[in-house]
Amino acid sequence: MVEKKKWLPRWFYQLASPRWCYQICGKLLPGFAVAALILLLGGIVWALLFAPADYQQGNSFRIIYLHVPSAILAQSCYMMMAVAGAIGLIWKMKVADMVAKSCAPIGATMAVLALLTGAIWGKPTWGSWWVWDARLTSMLILLFLYLGVMALNSAIESESTAAQASAVLSLVGLVNIPIIKYSVDWWNTLHQPATFTLTERPAMPAEMWVPLLMMVVGFYCFFAVSLMLRLRNEILRRERRAGWVRDLLLSK
Amino acid sequence: MNQPLNPQRRPAIGMGALFAATLKRDLKLSLRRKSELVNPLIFFLMVITLFPLGVSPEPGFLAELAPGVIWVAALLATLLSMDSLFRTDFDDGSLEQLLLSPQPVMLVVCAKVLAHWMLTGLALTLVAPLISVMLFLPAEGVPGLMLSLLLGTPTLSLVGAIGAALTVGLKRGGVLISLLVLPLYIPVLIFGTGAVQAAVTGLPLDGYLALLGALLALGTVLAPLAIGAALRISVSG
Repeated sequence: MVEKKKWLPRWFYQLASPRWCYQICGKLLPGFAVAALILLLGGIVWALLFAPADYQQGNSFRIIYLHVPSAILAQSCYMMMAVAGAIGLIWKMKVADMVAKSCAPIGATMAVLALLTGAIWGKPTWGSWWVWDARLTSMLILLFLYLGVMALNSAIESESTAAQASAVLSLVGLVNIPIIKYSVDWWNTLHQPATFTLTERPAMPAEMWVPLLMMVVGFYCFFAVSLMLRLRNEILRRERRAGWVRDLLLSK
Repeated sequence: MNQPLNPQRRPAIGMGALFAATLKRDLKLSLRRKSELVNPLIFFLMVITLFPLGVSPEPGFLAELAPGVIWVAALLATLLSMDSLFRTDFDDGSLEQLLLSPQPVMLVVCAKVLAHWMLTGLALTLVAPLISVMLFLPAEGVPGLMLSLLLGTPTLSLVGAIGAALTVGLKRGGVLISLLVLPLYIPVLIFGTGAVQAAVTGLPLDGYLALLGALLALGTVLAPLAIGAALRISVSG
């Protein structure tokens, strides 16, 4: 018999089992935590103390070092929640359901952070805390979608039904993501176009965008840490009747 | 549902016949409870009445406010009637039977949503000219208002049905359904009011109507899938 070639490493399949997922997350956690700490600390010090001030906005532009990463992450987190939800719906994977559930509060926090930092920046620059601009409104809708998913998840008692129902809702809400992404290109609004694109060089000097890139990567690492912590909690909570969880808790 | 089913010799029912039967049944059931039928319309009128009293009765100001107010009220009235869409069928068990039938759920769902729209969205569209007189909307805006409502309210029914299907298994889904559905209603609201405002100022409104039509097309294709999946989840849970 010819052995079938494995195109994915073994640990990838193991992620589907709550027990193994718990252990793999435990192994990855310290690395991501250190990376997040170094990148966030380094990025923020560089951004606030050493990056040059903007020639038009002066020092007030520095808030983009929090605003841009949190806004990017709020959208990525929604994508991850929807993809995890779809995996959970299609392959009935418990871990995917737990990932989707753990994503929602983090994403909602990031959306709030992006809206808040945007408002603080808007006051000196545009002269008002809030503008009914396409990008701002679609970001607010994203926050509402997160809140809706969380509300639905907590309203349904059966855990598997709650996970499936919120997965359907997050997939429906996915239509909002391209609207947020392209709102600044489709409508000629107050919000400036995207800061980062994959295909072009940023329209600012390297001393300004390198710390921003560091912050973005740092935010992603922080997201990974926070997601894994939540996921491990969720696994323990849901698998509390399993033998290995009992052994784990008794051994501590 | 009136004729008893004979398990030995079940008549094969085609998709078109199933659609027509579901539509007929839903319309008949709704028309039996006439008071529930007019509730969304009364709600629509009442919400409209609140604005001149609460904000300002000045005609010029109301005319400016009218497109948004009428659209928001129509949206809320649709939302209010949404909760009962699958509720009675779920309670008496016929929803489960519909899901078990060999025909695609999407078809049944489409028929139910169409019946719901005919009794709320279409009714709201027909009442809209009266409301526009109450709010001093210029006469040029009325065709735009009716066209935008005609194209927009089916989308509202389709999207709302997703929320109704997700919450049908819950004891109190009323508030939750608005939390789930309102964010998804915002694009329809934006283009709907945009169309009316364009009509009032004499600008071409085909762009807005095209966008509303695009939303409706997207909703007609994708929403029945989501509604079917949500119903299966709610019934099995």
